[in-house]
Amino acid sequence: MSSKHTISLTVNGKAYECLVEARMTLADFLRNELDLTGTHLGCEHGVCGACTILLNGEAVRSCLLLAVQADGADLSTVEGLAQGNQLHPLQEAFRDRHALQCGFCTPGFLMTAVAFLKETPTPTEDEVREAISGNICRCTGYLPIVEAIIQAAGNARDNSKKRSSTP
Amino acid sequence: MPLMSFRLARPAVIIDINRISGLDSISAGTNGGLTIGALTRQRAVERSKTVQDRNPLLAAAMPLIGHFQIRNRGTFGGSLVHADPAAELPAVGIALGMEFVLRSAQGDRVVPAEDFFLGYMATAVEPSELLTEIRIPSWKPGTGWAIDEVSRRKGDFAMVGVTVLVQLDGDACRDSCIVIFGVGGKPVRMHKAEGMLKGKKLGRQTLTDIGETVANDLEPDSDIHASAQYRKEVGGVLTRRALESALARAKESGRK
Repeated sequence: MSSKHTISLTVNGKAYECLVEARMTLADFLRNELDLTGTHLGCEHGVCGACTILLNGEAVRSCLLLAVQADGADLSTVEGLAQGNQLHPLQEAFRDRHALQCGFCTPGFLMTAVAFLKETPTPTEDEVREAISGNICRCTGYLPIVEAIIQAAGNARDNSKKRSSTP
Repeated sequence: MPLMSFRLARPAVIIDINRISGLDSISAGTNGGLTIGALTRQRAVERSKTVQDRNPLLAAAMPLIGHFQIRNRGTFGGSLVHADPAAELPAVGIALGMEFVLRSAQGDRVVPAEDFFLGYMATAVEPSELLTEIRIPSWKPGTGWAIDEVSRRKGDFAMVGVTVLVQLDGDACRDSCIVIFGVGGKPVRMHKAEGMLKGKKLGRQTLTDIGETVANDLEPDSDIHASAQYRKEVGGVLTRRALESALARAKESGRK
């Protein structure tokens, strides 16, 4: 039986077709094969959340998936958040609130927050805390991260109000 | 995957069953019960209106499983056949009297939850069998329920967890089910404590006594997460609290 499989998938809007080892995790595939090293690997067993990406719009651990399982999937990684020089509102909020120091956990927090705010656009602080409970940060502390996510949610609300009030 | 990451498992071949179609649906039986396909994502069960309408205990248990990123990929059947002793679903399966449909080339057989879990990550599933479907009996109106657990962080594995069901006859307990998880190789049903409840009015003293009985009867292991003594004590306290909530819910639904 061949230990390699051809997979087709979309990452941040770009289509790829690759021959991959059956044993390769999706996280290793993104980092080593596609050179998308923004997805970080901490614990490599699903606990730390650093490798969180979106698979068909849902937040998942890329270290708990094999690359071959993503055949046909639409993935989003942290590299896809900013549009050119324009940071994603969550990235701006993280910068404004000093919600990162070393930045190792940040991609996972951002992708978790993107999925969370899509489903819960007006979260309470408690809901934010629960949403990020699956992501570990070891230096910044969680307070600024919670504040940044709440700020990003608020900014998105203000912007949509502005948009709806313009004739 | 974690087992492979830790090199605890080195399988020669892995078969990904995720793409088998027809095993990921939630259907409402005509008898008021539920049938859930083994490959249904935990998140789909959590979001299901049918589950919320038909089974409040299952609906409350789903968000306790890991974190939402885990539930997005984790399957309902996967958690049951994995049979981690600290997992919520095996305990809820025993409390609700779930039935597991195991399919092989020879056909289907149905195993009740009480016979399904054999020990630490071990189940009645034979190598030639696949769990295809989980049948959940109809919810008995008026049943009080609760599920609670203690973990270091929200979403971590429970050091101790408990789920209870209580049915009342007036003020007295007609029937009950108490299942503790995270305290041994598999979820433990506390038959002695259930016997003490039967026919009793559930006053504060009775509940305290039952909590103490549970704490005495538990025989948990010590590990890096918690000592056996801690687990016994927390198991007793959680049981008392869960019974209090279940009792309040049973009384409330009796008033409706």
